[in-house]
Amino acid sequence: MHDTSDIETFDATPVNSARMRQPLYAARRKIFPKRTSGQFRRFKWLVMLITLGIYYITPWLRWDRGPYAPDQGVLIDLANRRFYFFPIEIWPQEFYFIAGLLIMAGFGLFLLTSTVGRAWCGYACPQTIWVDLFLVIERAIEGDRNARIRLDGAPWSVGKLTKRLSKHAIWLAIAVATGGAWVFYFADAPALLIDLVTGQAATVAYMTIAVLTATTYIFGGLLREQVCTYMCPWPRIQAAMLDENSLTVTYNDWRGEPRSRGSKKAAAAGEVVGDCVDCNACVAVCPMGIDIREGQQLECITCALCIDACDDVMDRLGRDQGLISYTTLAEYQSNMALATAGGTTAIDPKNIRGADGTLSDKIVTFNWKKLLRPRTLIYFAAWSLVGLALLFALLTRDRLQVNVLADRNPQYVVLSDGSVRNGYTVKLLNMIPEPRTLTVTLEGLPGAEMNVVGLDLPPARSFAVEADPDQLTTLKIFVRQPREEVQGQTQHFTFTVADEAGSDSDRYDATFDAPETRR
Amino acid sequence: MSEKHIDDYSGVETTGHEWDGIRELDNPMPRWWLITWYVTIAWALVYMVLYPAWPLVTTATTGLLGYSSRAEIRAELDAAEVARADYVAAIDSLSVEEILADDQLRIFAASAGAASFRINCVQCHGSGAQGSPGYPNLNDDDWLWGGTVEAIRTAIAHGIRFADDPDTRYSEMPGFAGILESREITQVSAFVATFAGTADTASSEDIAAGKEIFALNCAACHGDDASGNRDLGAPDLTDAIWIYGSTPAEIAAQTRAPRHGVMPGWNDRLGESAVKELAVYVHSLGGGE
Repeated sequence: MHDTSDIETFDATPVNSARMRQPLYAARRKIFPKRTSGQFRRFKWLVMLITLGIYYITPWLRWDRGPYAPDQGVLIDLANRRFYFFPIEIWPQEFYFIAGLLIMAGFGLFLLTSTVGRAWCGYACPQTIWVDLFLVIERAIEGDRNARIRLDGAPWSVGKLTKRLSKHAIWLAIAVATGGAWVFYFADAPALLIDLVTGQAATVAYMTIAVLTATTYIFGGLLREQVCTYMCPWPRIQAAMLDENSLTVTYNDWRGEPRSRGSKKAAAAGEVVGDCVDCNACVAVCPMGIDIREGQQLECITCALCIDACDDVMDRLGRDQGLISYTTLAEYQSNMALATAGGTTAIDPKNIRGADGTLSDKIVTFNWKKLLRPRTLIYFAAWSLVGLALLFALLTRDRLQVNVLADRNPQYVVLSDGSVRNGYTVKLLNMIPEPRTLTVTLEGLPGAEMNVVGLDLPPARSFAVEADPDQLTTLKIFVRQPREEVQGQTQHFTFTVADEAGSDSDRYDATFDAPETRR
Repeated sequence: MSEKHIDDYSGVETTGHEWDGIRELDNPMPRWWLITWYVTIAWALVYMVLYPAWPLVTTATTGLLGYSSRAEIRAELDAAEVARADYVAAIDSLSVEEILADDQLRIFAASAGAASFRINCVQCHGSGAQGSPGYPNLNDDDWLWGGTVEAIRTAIAHGIRFADDPDTRYSEMPGFAGILESREITQVSAFVATFAGTADTASSEDIAAGKEIFALNCAACHGDDASGNRDLGAPDLTDAIWIYGSTPAEIAAQTRAPRHGVMPGWNDRLGESAVKELAVYVHSLGGGE
């Protein structure tokens, strides 16, 4: 066994753990997360790169939609009430696609949480990403944990002021860039950038940037872990999402306890010692200010940085990695039972180790088959079902629609020759960014003919009209039926609309009203 | 107040009040709460200086920015006035035919006319311009005095049988109660009812007699074929539209002692431009010629 004397012991206090937490009105106690390296840290850098990349680059991607629509890949055009996502264009009445995506996001979060715990919190949540980013700046300027603690305690000096000012200035710059990127999703990005710089953009753009700058700076720079602990509802909901087969970041005390700083000396003295050398590395790196060795707790966002820190220490000691690891509650309990001989004794490392000191093969480790259980399969099925339904809706949706509103006042007009006339407001929705020639036809209602207000056409049962690209065309149509053809007070008929050049068509069932008795 | 009392359990000072042994802890306010409170106070002070704040007897302090919600709405109304100035000027200077020929002007005038119609015309003609017995339906294609947009404008501008306007359209059908025998009136009504298809009970002799009576007494105004005369405002008796009813009894009543509606002239009340807008609107209802 390696000597433990070369393992630095950190004077770190888990200020936010339930044991240490102060009353709510007390001022926040600062935490100074130490830098880590390891597989989870590398994964987090990668996730940060990808998510920030998507966020900042997306509005600048171009997508050619022809001369009648904007060429921005992703654009939420609030003024014209259109949403563009690459080849997909959504009109306001198709907002159910967004609702469907939100439902998918919900099921996806359930699925993720029931399998790998709070992975969203630890890796992908914007709060985590931006706090990580802000910590990079803080470390670059003020140094790592010990330097920052010293600086924080030092009296004010030019050096301290310079460091603090430059740190906050860079934070604010990042915050402005965050809010600045957001508004590009709502207007043509290159044009808006010029307007923003020259001060000609809409007030709402500057207001949005100001608000998002403030929230980014305050949440990411100043509040940090308090956002997760006090403001976010998700830690409260997660309890319902986790079960005994969900992976969570776990301190395997069946292996680590009894912890001992001078384990070699203690072992020599014949004391029982576990793998934990109580170096506090896991506490020092924790961005939430807790001690994972106190078990699963509300504050833990499962960022897994303590796993990296502990694995590093175990490597240097020549012990097995995984004293802190992603473990399910079921595995943990099984191993705990092994270490305590079914709960009859205190934790005894001898129970889990062979004679040569290697870990026993009775220790249960994670089996990927655990991911497939009824709960996760149901979440996955629900998620897929919504996704397939959305896909089906997307592939079969109409790009040509007709809506008809019958005149209510008057419902009908009797003309001098005794024929009956009804008025209709007909709305043609040409939902593609190309002009189209549409044919409107009457189906049913024998003998009836249409007149279109504003179009100089003879009365007919069918007429062609030019529909503007990506626009609603509104027509006022009078339908007139000779008196001898009128059958009853209410007749049902249909307006059909067809695109002559393509295959799109739509129909609307309308009614034709006539007076009760005609004299 | 008694001397300070410290709660044994929490170590926090209490307010000193006690209810049945229950004391209230005197915890300090949370800092964020205090900061927010101070900010709102500062905000209120600044606001009072910049904006109208203190009520006086008949007015209020104006504030340094001189903001006024009334001035704001005045500015918005003025801007709207400016925005439609071109249309208003065009409608003032152009004839109704010219307005009708211009798509944008037509739509603007019809919208303005619809608004005027709802204020001034619906009382008689109905909210859908559908009329009622005695008041013509403006949606149909039957016009006593002509259905071109200019004829409609003239009718609106000067009214029908409107004594105050010398240019008003005027015609009156004489009461035939003193001219024809009661039986003759029944006969001519039976004849006229044949156009409406309501003369089922009349004998063919009566109808034939009525036809002769019509030729002698009515054709002068209503025409030999009873199709009316727009110059005189004499209604077409052969069409399906009957302002006072189409049964023989209703026709007889109108022959004995005719009722005549009166429409005021609107030029003096609304001005020429509003009358043009109304004419364009009525013409757009579907019956315009």
